Amino acid sequence: MIELKNLSKSFVTQDGPVDALRHVNLTIHDGDIYGIIGMSGAGKSTLVRCINMLERPTEGQVLMDGKNLGSLNKKEMQEMRHSVTMIFQGFNLLMQRTCLQNVMLPLRLSHVPKKEAEERARELLGMVELPDKANSYPAQLSGGQQQRVAIARALSTNPKVLLCDEATSALDPKTTHQILELIREINKRMGITVTVITHQMSVVQEICNRVAILENGTVVEEGDVSDVFSNPRAAATRSLVYPEMNEGSLLMSPAAQQIRLIFNGAPAARTPLIAQMAIDIQVAASILSASTRTIQDKAYGYMTLEIPGGPDELARAVKYLSAVPSVAVQVDVEYPAKEEEK
Amino acid sequence: MNQFQRAFTQESLSEAWEIFLRDFPQGLWDTVYVTLLATLFAIILGLPLGMLLVAGDEHGIRPLPKVLMRVINVIINFLRSVPFLILIVMVIPITRLIVGTSVGTTASIVPLVIAAFPFVARLVESSLREVSPNIIETAQSMGATPMQILLRVMLPEAVPSLIDSFTLAITTILGYTAMSGAIGGGGIGKIAIMVGYNRYKYAVLYLAVIVLVVLVQIFQNVGSWLSRKCDKRLKH
Repeated sequence: MIELKNLSKSFVTQDGPVDALRHVNLTIHDGDIYGIIGMSGAGKSTLVRCINMLERPTEGQVLMDGKNLGSLNKKEMQEMRHSVTMIFQGFNLLMQRTCLQNVMLPLRLSHVPKKEAEERARELLGMVELPDKANSYPAQLSGGQQQRVAIARALSTNPKVLLCDEATSALDPKTTHQILELIREINKRMGITVTVITHQMSVVQEICNRVAILENGTVVEEGDVSDVFSNPRAAATRSLVYPEMNEGSLLMSPAAQQIRLIFNGAPAARTPLIAQMAIDIQVAASILSASTRTIQDKAYGYMTLEIPGGPDELARAVKYLSAVPSVAVQVDVEYPAKEEEK
Repeated sequence: MNQFQRAFTQESLSEAWEIFLRDFPQGLWDTVYVTLLATLFAIILGLPLGMLLVAGDEHGIRPLPKVLMRVINVIINFLRSVPFLILIVMVIPITRLIVGTSVGTTASIVPLVIAAFPFVARLVESSLREVSPNIIETAQSMGATPMQILLRVMLPEAVPSLIDSFTLAITTILGYTAMSGAIGGGGIGKIAIMVGYNRYKYAVLYLAVIVLVVLVQIFQNVGSWLSRKCDKRLKH
């Protein structure tokens, strides 16, 4: 378990101090795939570097299984970095070394005998499905393959935690998917806790079970991915989850009656719900804006409807929609875009 | 008759050719021997110093006291700004201490090394600075010690660039050997000055220059080839 307690980090720059992180509190449980998402400059990279003490927090603590990482001596720090390893956006392989030598490096640094290290490295290259690239150089590999080698390297010391710093941001969507699958498999099979730093919601959606949203160095929202997706509370979360939402406001007419549907794990998004409602109760709603996502075969998201007619129609529609399983109805929608203006 | 016309008469050319056959084999040997040994020693001193400059820097992997770094930098800059001919004379006591004499071919190696190692240190410094900070951070994330980062990450990653730097060093030192003729150091440079210039045998002077140019070309080509061959980034 990793606990970040009241973590702050400020940097001294030429233009004065900059607060990269402000009083961050997070708990990452064993076995989690924990997503930390935010726009660039939100402090994600600093946050992840505090977890393995590449950056020393200015204030607060990082506890790993109750142990304060800030108080480790040099030797303990080295051991900690064997159990908390990291992969990067740019893969960061040694370009003058073969893939095998790259995977062996962490072991060689901790004085594991050459033969033993080589054996382990070959095993790991097999695991990431690149057994035949042992003697190739990174420059001969594609980006996805390089990241696989980096993953094998990160796993060589049998870590408990894998930190992924924008690990798929330099990859195309298909390769991203494959790398995420591999990370998921590592998490499941080896029981390694994973922390994923990303600016892509799709990455969180694909593999994370928990997520924290970071904005200007603060955690603005945290929770289970399905909760956060279905009912994003913070403005920053909404703009990440539903980036298209702001466009919807153009369609709104002030007098219209609106309701918001929240899909919370419903199979509903696949059935023609709105059309069905028009047939069943003769209320022809128009969709003002909608955004739904499928996570683990269930629909999450929202839909804003305009209900024609008077209060009667509105009441009928609310009653009808409320009866649909896993769909919540909100009347008197306060449009989320307004909140950002406050 | 000007210098060129005198150099290329039938008579002076055949005389130059005679001198060439008689003196150049020894001169060539002296030049190559002095250049290679001086470069070797300059690297032995300059490589660790360059590593120290990078590692001990304020933002380096093992920051050293600022005062110490400043002193080292001042010494390097001082040695690099003394004109070589003057340096040769300045270090005569040191040369005598090390070699036992201050004249002769072997003695000329000492001032060459003293002049070249700060230069090599700067070259090493810039080669090592080319290593991506991301790679260094990655090594830190693996729990590597500063020494391990230097020896197992930065040096291997910088090999092609270091070879280029050493090639530059060797060709520069080759140029300096010509001046060491002033204190009795042998070599092609000495023949050019002593025979070619002082005794007005300009054909010899030009021949010597041609030999030096060919030598530089050889060193440069071998160095560049080696650097390319070692660079695994270029493998496809």
